[in-house]
Amino acid sequence: MSVRRSAAPSPYSNPYLVGVGLGLVLLAAFVVMGRGLGASGAFASSAAGATALVSPQRAQSSALFAGYLKADGGAWSEWLIFEIIGVAIGGVLSAWLAGRLRFEVERGPRFSRGSRLATAFLGGSVMGLGAVLARGCTSGQALTGGALLSVGSWLFMIGAFAAAYLVAPFVRRAWL
Amino acid sequence: MIAPLFEFAAFGRHGAIYAALAIGVAFGWCLERAGMGSARKLAGQFYLTDLTVFKVMFSAIVTAMLGAFWLGRIGVLDLSRVYVPETFILPQLVGGLVFGVGFAVGGLCPGTSCVAAATGRGDGMMLLGGMFSGVLITGLAFSKLEHFYASTSRGAFTLPQLLHVPYGVAVALVVCVALVGFRGAEFVEARMAARTSR
Repeated sequence: MSVRRSAAPSPYSNPYLVGVGLGLVLLAAFVVMGRGLGASGAFASSAAGATALVSPQRAQSSALFAGYLKADGGAWSEWLIFEIIGVAIGGVLSAWLAGRLRFEVERGPRFSRGSRLATAFLGGSVMGLGAVLARGCTSGQALTGGALLSVGSWLFMIGAFAAAYLVAPFVRRAWL
Repeated sequence: MIAPLFEFAAFGRHGAIYAALAIGVAFGWCLERAGMGSARKLAGQFYLTDLTVFKVMFSAIVTAMLGAFWLGRIGVLDLSRVYVPETFILPQLVGGLVFGVGFAVGGLCPGTSCVAAATGRGDGMMLLGGMFSGVLITGLAFSKLEHFYASTSRGAFTLPQLLHVPYGVAVALVVCVALVGFRGAEFVEARMAARTSR
């Protein structure tokens, strides 16, 4: 099968149907592993592993990194790292079959490529801080903790959406 | 009780890696199918033009919540062996607020940025890099945050405990909130579409 670069990409699927599918994936994680989904944990664990490669003492001096390093098999065999590799593979498979694989930088019509790349990096680093403080992100807290009715996860979700709505009017130009 | 399978030693560490890959592939597939690898589509959530994020997230939460509840009720899944993210009131509230600022600016979250990057989006790749740097810097400066990070700890603290209601009642409440939310989301989207076409 060839990548349909020139053909129009297929439209996205019904969000409720996909949501039910995603819920079943999350449920499968509970049933198979006894834990939920995640994303930011893979970043934290690989940051711990990378720091330890450069300076083991420096990595051990961070209680956050030390926690990942002392895990069974070390920081690089964290379950979420394999899960997130799977996420990338699954995303590529789905996009490929739907003709949606293409190189681009998504941005608003009045926003330059460079600015968008800069705001993506900036937004990512701010989220990094937030995810460490909250012990997870939209996957590990909002989805997983949300479904397990964890109070802290619901607080995270409420805080994240409230802040995003407050900030959105100031970054309108990036998107609209 | 036969599940969680890993907790009852149905397979070992190698099996867990295959499970991680398989679950990840299905997770990434779902995110891409819904269009959640697209930053502009996600950002529509914050301008009320496209509420896909809300619809996908809440359908997923409700599905997994009902599944876990009923599998526990019929004795298949031992819920006491499913890890519930522990609650730390202030760090999670503040972390959520900080995260939300980054989400509005960056347009993708950590999981969706992996899909965006893998499917060719340069902004997704930059966000991945930013996320890694943010976590790295926070980790290196962690001694300054450690005290706050561990504060207001409540352990595994759930909505039924907070509201003093049985588990099933809390589940039913979340279902009701989601159903009202879905109706609201459809209404808001229709209103916004009508406004822009006028």
